Amino acid sequence: MGFMNRFKHFLGDQLLGNNWGVHPDDHKRPAADAPVRVMPVPARLYLPLQQHLGGAARPTVLVGQKVSKGELLAEATGMVSAPLHAPTSGTVVAVTEVTAPHPSGLSLPAIILEADGADEWCELTACADPFALTPADIGRRVAAAGVVGLGGAAFPSAVKLGGALRAEVTTLVINGGECEPYLSCDDRLMRDAAAGIVDGIRLMLHATGARVALVGIEDNKPEAIAAMQAAAAEFAAVQVRPVPARYPMGSEKQLIQVLTGIEVPADGRPADIGVIVHNVATALAVRAAVREGKPLISRLVTVNGNCVAAPGNVEVRIGTLAEEVIAFAGGLKGDGLGLARRIMGGPMMGMQIPHWRVPVVKGSSGILALDAAEVAAAEPDPCIRCGSCVKACPMGLLPLEMSARIRNEAYGEAIDYGLKDCIACGCCAYVCPSKIPLVQYFVHAKGELAAQDRAKLRGEATKKLALQRQERLDREAREKAEAAAKRKAEREAAAAAKAAAEAAASAAPAAAATVGEGV
Amino acid sequence: MIAAVLSLTLLGAALGIILGIANKFLQVEGNPVVDELIAMMPGSNCGQCGFPGCSGAATAIVDGSAPPTCCPPGGKALAVAIAAKLGLAVDLSAIADDGPKIAVIAEELCIGCCRCSKVCPTDAILGAAKQIHNVFREACTGCSSCIEKCPTEALVMRPVPVTLQHWVMPKPLAA
Repeated sequence: MGFMNRFKHFLGDQLLGNNWGVHPDDHKRPAADAPVRVMPVPARLYLPLQQHLGGAARPTVLVGQKVSKGELLAEATGMVSAPLHAPTSGTVVAVTEVTAPHPSGLSLPAIILEADGADEWCELTACADPFALTPADIGRRVAAAGVVGLGGAAFPSAVKLGGALRAEVTTLVINGGECEPYLSCDDRLMRDAAAGIVDGIRLMLHATGARVALVGIEDNKPEAIAAMQAAAAEFAAVQVRPVPARYPMGSEKQLIQVLTGIEVPADGRPADIGVIVHNVATALAVRAAVREGKPLISRLVTVNGNCVAAPGNVEVRIGTLAEEVIAFAGGLKGDGLGLARRIMGGPMMGMQIPHWRVPVVKGSSGILALDAAEVAAAEPDPCIRCGSCVKACPMGLLPLEMSARIRNEAYGEAIDYGLKDCIACGCCAYVCPSKIPLVQYFVHAKGELAAQDRAKLRGEATKKLALQRQERLDREAREKAEAAAKRKAEREAAAAAKAAAEAAASAAPAAAATVGEGV
Repeated sequence: MIAAVLSLTLLGAALGIILGIANKFLQVEGNPVVDELIAMMPGSNCGQCGFPGCSGAATAIVDGSAPPTCCPPGGKALAVAIAAKLGLAVDLSAIADDGPKIAVIAEELCIGCCRCSKVCPTDAILGAAKQIHNVFREACTGCSSCIEKCPTEALVMRPVPVTLQHWVMPKPLAA
């Protein structure tokens, strides 16, 4: 970032009182300037069934089945879900569990595909004039291609497009912010494939009925801004807007506020104010899905960090192990000596992973190998109430107050301080002079509250089951008693009838005798 | 001086009488605290506490005749919540709570006798005579009423498996 930019930010911050966020060292170059390397298909691909938000996909292939590139491996389940396609041609060798790109180190069900080396596409249904399609048709094609948000959250794109159409949004915000330090895959994509991205944006405009698309790009990416402006020059509906480089500019609520001046309400969604946000890489994936019928089977991943020998961007197939991506990108310096932390995603919001044998999924934007100098591993000191975290918080919360509540497990009070509005961006922990792991407290509290909610729902469900069982037992006892009473009544009636009959029989001979006597 | 003393005494006496009448005529039937405790408890009436169902246990806890730790399925979390509600000190070392548990049936040992499914308070065990039984994870409250009914020891209590969806980031160590 140049001196002028810093000056501009300083002026803007001070004059507008708009000084949320942090300015970490971006570490984007030289990785951003190196040309993209295309990684060959590895021998085996590890494809988790849940690479998106929502329900896990359901496998539609059998072990031993041969599939071609782009063929459906697992179908979407439920309203919010995405299908999974074969990133190359080959044989399904197992449906098993693999380590998830997640800090817990737990595993996820996954399909393992052995590549046959031919890399042959299945039959694709291209579309020559996608603007003749109805918005719903575009949504269907995007859903069938398994496109999810490629910025990191991996929300199924078709669900978002459909929701935007129903909510009648007016503005499409395209996120080219890439505010996370170290990452440059979106930057590279905008430089190399600006025309394709703009085409994808126009398709998304058509699919959502929005009138204008605002492409927000941080001003530390001048090449990407120039390329996008050139590509969008002939389309009035697509406007490229440079935004100040500041973390977390790429968070949807912050980007919307900077570009449109409207704030997303605390308990609302962007669609409530007529806006939806999509990532630039998602726009390109939408274009491939709609124009060529190609499913999402590969993505650009930034390999970066002080331990990486040759930082850069690599195009990899989904399901490639991080280990193999690093090896292809040039390996680690000194065979990984001095490696302090492995991260998938960005350094601020990415996932720390336990080892390198973790597959690249649809939402993986980076693979980072950080050394001890890049990792803040100091022992936390007590809070000095300096208020740095309050200034940095982009949501205007009070991290110091919330973390104090959470430390004492007063989660309810933390909610009153706005815990639910926390986007877990990590600005607070980044600026804290006492190195208090503030954002870790908030992530913990959110998980704990979700667990409490689940336990409560479960408790209610089991209580209902216990009540139903009691009702059933009562009913059965009652029915048994009624049946017994009925049988008893029948028995008594039968006995009475028999007695009556006997009485009649004994009366009849008597009568006959009388008659006889009378004769 | 006398006027002040008299007026305050009269006021106190009048208010006292009103309170006394209110106590007589507006008395609440039952103890509302007991109802609140019942709402907090698992509600499966498994009987492991030795009282007739959850309402019995709640009454006993409020009386003081049972400790807040008497509910095994509720575990540590419930004990802490009850103690906080009643303002009691609670000795958590008494309960060995290593997280929630559920019953699991070893299929190779199950003979399909139906004894476990009959005692399950939430109908969480599925099975018919001479068919292998199974436990619905979502419905099992971990009360372990079924464990001792099993003639072949096919039923065991296992910790609920941690999945990616249920994982909670551990709390950072305090500064």
